[in-house]
Amino acid sequence: MKETRTLPTDYVTKPGRTSSGRTLRTDEMIINMGPQHPSTHGVLRLEIVVDGEIVVDVIPHIGYLHRCFEKHAEHMTNYQQVIPYVDRMDYLSSMNNDWAYALAVEKLLKLEIPDRVQHIRVIMAELQRIASHLIAVGTYAIDMGAFTPFLWCFRDRERILDLFELTCGARLLYNYIWVGGVSHDLPPGFAEKAKDFCRDFRETMQEVHDVLTYNEIFIKRTANVGVLPKDVAINWACSGPMLRGSGVDWDLRRDDPYGVYHKFDWNVQIGKGEVGTVGDCWDRYIVRMREMEESARLIEQALATLPEGNVQSAIPKRIRPEAGDAYVRSESPRGELGFYVISDGTASPYRVKGRAPAFVNLSVLPEISRGAMIADLVAIVGSVDIVLGEVDR
Amino acid sequence: MEELLRPLFSDDYGWLLYIILAAPPMVFILLYALITVWTEMKISAHMQDRVAYMYTGPHGILQPLADILKLIQKENTVPAAANKPLFFLAPFLVFIGTYAGFATLPFSSAYIGSNINLGVFYILAVTSIVVVGLLMAGWASNNKWSMFGAMRSAGQIISYEIPTALALLVAVMITGSLNLQDVIRFQEGGIQNWVVFGGSLPLAQKLPLIPFTAIAFLIMFIAGIAEVNRTPFDLPEAESELVQGYNTEYSGMKFAIFYLAEYANMYLVSGVAACLFLGGWSSPFGDFMSGPIWGVFWIVLKAYGFVVLQIWIRWTLPRLRVDQLMYTSWKVLIPFLFVCVFATGLILVL
Amino acid sequence: MTPQEIHDNLKAKFGTAVADAKLDALQPWIGLAPDRTLEVCRFLHDEAGFEFDYLSCLSGVDYNDGKLGVVYHLFSMNQKHKIVLKALCTREQPHIQSVSQVWGTANWHEREAFDMFGIVFDGHPDLRRILCGDDYPGHPLRKDFKVPEFYNGMKVPY
Repeated sequence: MKETRTLPTDYVTKPGRTSSGRTLRTDEMIINMGPQHPSTHGVLRLEIVVDGEIVVDVIPHIGYLHRCFEKHAEHMTNYQQVIPYVDRMDYLSSMNNDWAYALAVEKLLKLEIPDRVQHIRVIMAELQRIASHLIAVGTYAIDMGAFTPFLWCFRDRERILDLFELTCGARLLYNYIWVGGVSHDLPPGFAEKAKDFCRDFRETMQEVHDVLTYNEIFIKRTANVGVLPKDVAINWACSGPMLRGSGVDWDLRRDDPYGVYHKFDWNVQIGKGEVGTVGDCWDRYIVRMREMEESARLIEQALATLPEGNVQSAIPKRIRPEAGDAYVRSESPRGELGFYVISDGTASPYRVKGRAPAFVNLSVLPEISRGAMIADLVAIVGSVDIVLGEVDR
Repeated sequence: MEELLRPLFSDDYGWLLYIILAAPPMVFILLYALITVWTEMKISAHMQDRVAYMYTGPHGILQPLADILKLIQKENTVPAAANKPLFFLAPFLVFIGTYAGFATLPFSSAYIGSNINLGVFYILAVTSIVVVGLLMAGWASNNKWSMFGAMRSAGQIISYEIPTALALLVAVMITGSLNLQDVIRFQEGGIQNWVVFGGSLPLAQKLPLIPFTAIAFLIMFIAGIAEVNRTPFDLPEAESELVQGYNTEYSGMKFAIFYLAEYANMYLVSGVAACLFLGGWSSPFGDFMSGPIWGVFWIVLKAYGFVVLQIWIRWTLPRLRVDQLMYTSWKVLIPFLFVCVFATGLILVL
Repeated sequence: MTPQEIHDNLKAKFGTAVADAKLDALQPWIGLAPDRTLEVCRFLHDEAGFEFDYLSCLSGVDYNDGKLGVVYHLFSMNQKHKIVLKALCTREQPHIQSVSQVWGTANWHEREAFDMFGIVFDGHPDLRRILCGDDYPGHPLRKDFKVPEFYNGMKVPY
């Protein structure tokens, strides 16, 4: 059943009247959620102005994880040295960060990337997308109180992390995709393991669907909650599943193409308001679930058509782009991850600005959570899928 | 059991008799809590595709003991600005409310703590003390989040008392007594006599009753989960929102008492549902496997089965938001129960 | 629309608000006067044919020749064209007009530019530091920024 909650616009300031006619002023409470809090997904401080259980205003305070990576980048003697810093921005989807930065520098250098490298980059990025969405879905479930899907998602993520460890030795922060190529070639046995994973993954995702997706309680917690209208989403530059959940058919892999995504057969998933309004938390959740299946398809296709070649042949010995600037954006699991790199002709970057999708998506939080209840606020923050490393850089 | 022991005590030592009669539920609660902690750990682990503790004893059997030892020797931190008398008193009130309910819960045909005529009514009344304890815990912690948890919890428990009482009313109307021993004796003789299947009434009255008693039983179970603050109704202690709700500032032994009280409450609610609807200590086979000792086996089996069901549900379902929780109680469960009560009354009269 | 057409249209309409431009760069950009960014951006957002409704990125930059600047990367979802705008200001007068009324996302981006570079955005509803602490001395991403020796009693350089 659809629950609509209308909040009169002067809810806060309207005084009540007691039976003897005296005015009764109800106070709002200011509550702090965070910085350490089990459900704000990192060190985020939310200052909530509450009237009973209804949220009147939310003021996010960030900066607790600010590590000034942009200043560090300016002091690096080599463009490749920035890649470990970029890894640590969104630590849950490192491959995508590496690739976005590499794209920006490759555009400045006007580099031609070999096909094998492109395929490997697609495979890694899509595996990373699945891993990141698994965390997003798992932690979202645990915020809602369903403890079991969290562990199922992490079990599947362990298999992806094993694949990554097989390739480059690291489980979380890879330093894998370099400017001009990748650091290691795919090891023998990788293709079979990845194919096995994609096949098993579909069954385990079906279990999560059974427990969560059409569960009545889950729907009651997430449908019609945190509705993000289309024009608000575009005006506030939301991207990724937040934008697609609001019904906007926009995916940078297809619409601002990079890599070899145009060679494969895959679909863009958008939210259609199946169990509630278009743009509610359920839509964002289902967009992420369906995107994982699309990523599995992409990985299988990329593995099937993997060409031969040397993955390090295009890595330049010295990176010294001519003076200029470039902004290149790519589709990370959280949205549009862009890097604006200014080069002054020397070997170290002049300015590197990371446009983090979680930073931008988080800024829309006050707009969509006025009038919600505190429990809904947890659902909304979970559906934005923030990673504080990216928000604060 | 009171009749057996009374001759052994002279009048001066009558009070000792009462202490001995009151002890078995306490011993039972402590043993049962240990076993249930282990059960919950293992069930949740296997549902989540992992194994739980395997090192402390074979398959982690000694883990609950280790947990208790840890809780006992932990530092009892008290927030500086907390209201100390209330802070100290709150966990005890919560436990007292639950333990007092065990007084009229039978464990077999021979043992019931206190054989008063108001058995079930007494349980319903005295478990409301838990609300006072929770509110004290939330308020005295001097923590906005604890207070939130306490307010939500008070509202939830009070709201779900009503479906419990109405479902109870269905069973009481059929069996004609509030005393739980009489209710169970009414259901003696086999599974077909259980109230959930209509009670030991003539067939013409029994068959139309079955849908209503089945629904009343289901709703009693659901309201019971809400009374205990278990998922899907565990918003007051929702870990992801309120850290621990009213529990936040408690550590060490006081937290252990809250924990113990929660498990005891789970058993109490399951026990009441088992007695009222599923025949209590009577055997489902009629005379086979029945008797005072077998009675203990049957009632513990039935009540513990429901405890396991509560554990299973906890690890499967997400939690309801507080207004949805209230909506469920007032606008869904209570109307269904009104229909059940009315229909039961009608069928019994006609 | 090509960047040349956009530049010509803007120059024709706004004259002095449009400063220099470099249309043969890797990503063509158009310069704006720092005190008239709001009307130009509003025009770019509302006018049919332009419809730049998506502000991808707003970055602060410290150009070493005594100038600070802001770079806007705009994109249009309908028309599928992009453009880069740049607005420069001096260190002595670090004021640029805010565009947060046109795109809501500029709010946080401008706060970050203020925090990192000290660029004051006129007309911004809530200009305060976002990443550094509220009492942090100086603006870190400036090229002449000296790391403070002590901050709140903690020794900074290790």
